[in-house]
Amino acid sequence: MLVLIISLLGCDDKDSETITFGDAITINFNHYWDGEKVSSADFNVETYTNANNDILTISKLRYLVSNITLHKSDGSSTKLIDYYLVDLSTLGNTSFSISDIIDADSYSSISFTFGFNEADNIDGNYLDLNSASWNWPAMLGGGYHFMQFEGKYGATGTENPFAYHNGTARVSTGVFEQNFFDVSLGGFSTTENTTVEIKMNVDQWFENPYTWDLDTYNTTLMPNYDAQKLMQQNGASVFSLGTIN
Amino acid sequence: MKNWLKIAVIAILFVSCDDVGIEGYTPYSPTLQPLNIPQIFVANILPPVIPINNPQTVEGVSLGRKLFYDTILSGDNTQSCAACHSPENAFTDSDRFSVGIDGLLGNRNSMPLFNLAWNYNEKFFWDGRSFAIEGQALEPVKNPIEMHNTWNNAVISLQNHNEYPDLFFEAFGTRTIDSTLVTKAIAQFERTLISANSRFDKHLLGQITLTASELNGFNVFMDESKGDCFHCHGNANNPLWTDNDFHNNGLDATFLDIGLGQFTGNPADNGKFKSPSLRNLEFTAPYMHDGRFTTIDDVINHYSEGLVNSPTIDPLMKSVNSGGVQLSDSDKADLKAFLLSLSDSEFITNPDFQNPN
Ligand code: HEC
Ligand code: HEC
Repeated sequence: MLVLIISLLGCDDKDSETITFGDAITINFNHYWDGEKVSSADFNVETYTNANNDILTISKLRYLVSNITLHKSDGSSTKLIDYYLVDLSTLGNTSFSISDIIDADSYSSISFTFGFNEADNIDGNYLDLNSASWNWPAMLGGGYHFMQFEGKYGATGTENPFAYHNGTARVSTGVFEQNFFDVSLGGFSTTENTTVEIKMNVDQWFENPYTWDLDTYNTTLMPNYDAQKLMQQNGASVFSLGTIN
Repeated sequence: MKNWLKIAVIAILFVSCDDVGIEGYTPYSPTLQPLNIPQIFVANILPPVIPINNPQTVEGVSLGRKLFYDTILSGDNTQSCAACHSPENAFTDSDRFSVGIDGLLGNRNSMPLFNLAWNYNEKFFWDGRSFAIEGQALEPVKNPIEMHNTWNNAVISLQNHNEYPDLFFEAFGTRTIDSTLVTKAIAQFERTLISANSRFDKHLLGQITLTASELNGFNVFMDESKGDCFHCHGNANNPLWTDNDFHNNGLDATFLDIGLGQFTGNPADNGKFKSPSLRNLEFTAPYMHDGRFTTIDDVINHYSEGLVNSPTIDPLMKSVNSGGVQLSDSDKADLKAFLLSLSDSEFITNPDFQNPN
């Protein structure tokens, strides 16, 4: 930011030199269905078959990850970012780079929270997330969505919509239960410029341990306690570590 | 960045980097006039989008306001922007389709103008085809079914006018007018059109208490098992009351106007239009991109039982197979009361926004 201001003050036309401390790391979220890459170009056109043998198309996929942290075997850790909203439909919103807080080294794991933990899930607290209409209704415990995964399923011409929206679970009126989960993925070494691929295996949302039946759970899932808890369980096997380079 | 810092940076940039400099004997010294951002926006959403090369100034806003209300920009000197964007209608008009200078009708309903600087992705028009407020303002002047002029001709008229060259000098430091400066001035005025003083805003600020009906209407709006409107039309933490995104909300089985698809060329975008803000509905009828609904009741009935299926319908129109979300009569009445609590009558009578000519 300081660099930017100085270049403005000097009315400099040339690109200012950016001074960086430490090494660069890019976290790249990629999305797969049974090993095939999923991108927004596939939305609405590509069909997928889930574990329950429902045929579906995807039209939206965005989700929140928080407290992305690198851990070393000596027990020390470095948080890369407080939170990040991945949105496949918005260019540039599937990866971020940090260039001044870590050194080339070997790390024993990378961890993050899917959604926000209770301490961070403060209603209305994050202006960028409010601006993205990412809020979770107060009547369902407030705070923020963890995921919006939408599309249609069923035979062409008679499709039904699904809106797999995940966030805090409502037990009963005014009684809520946290619904985030923590993810920890295996170690790797970094160089002065490293890209870490985190894979979301989208098919797993429908598969493990619960074989998701879209005829049972399709829309209006936000106030549905059972659906919310099944999402949390199925989420556990959704992420894996991809390539490091 | 801290606000004062942003202003300081803009100020320095403005003063030291302008390559036009001083002309004639009057020094060029525009007065910065940062937007007066309502508390409800400061507390909840990201700052407005203001291009670094078009800072808000007293002179720029005042010139933009004059231009917005001046028929000089139209081909035959009969129509101003305000003809279709009038303050008493929250800067839209009450026609289904607006009439251009040649008496031709468009096929889209005019759009209200407020809080435009908070349209973060800067896509304007029902189909998002125009980028940035400045970019949008280039269009109506040359549109054959609107002001049907050429920019060349509009600029000549302004250049030969007895006041405008001086006003452009005061705002931009040059008497040489061009379309870029005209759109910059208009955009500065449009950015000042901020609406955030409705009953619901006052409720959020703890200044008033809403009626039981308005409060229940808000719950219907927020309840995924009732209205489920909030996914596209904002919420108490996003008081723009729009996501400024594009959706097919189930109006038609086939499309006469394909909306976003026309602009992106992607058939999956056919039938998608920008979600309008729900502020000021009291003043902005008729509704939808083609103005098909004359009342708020018509709109609510559409979502409740009038949804029509089509290949690109949004999955959030989840009850399309049963026609809609099936609201009870009392929930409908309450939802309407809530929607009307988003109306800001001070906005439409604000003296700073009226015709200066
Ligand atoms: C003949 C009527 C007419 C005139 C005159 C007119 N407009 Fe519009 N305006 C419209 C219509 C209709 C739309 C929507 C058109 C569309 O989506 O294709 C619109 C859309 C807009 C929008 C987009 C708002 C949004 O939220 O996306 C802006 C901004 C705007 N007009 C500003 C202006 C300005 C500035 C002028 C004068 C230079 C002007 N208009 C003159 C009818 C008019
Ligand atoms: C999937 C997103 C979505 C949802 C959910 C949604 N809307 Fe809309 N709404 C839109 C879009 C898009 C338009 C404009 C459609 C067009 O003109 O073709 C619109 C238009 C409107 C308008 C007309 C505004 C104007 O200025 O013309 C009103 C009023 C409205 N919606 C109210 C509601 C209410 C009330 C609900 C809940 C019952 C709701 N909407 C749910 C996307 C949505």
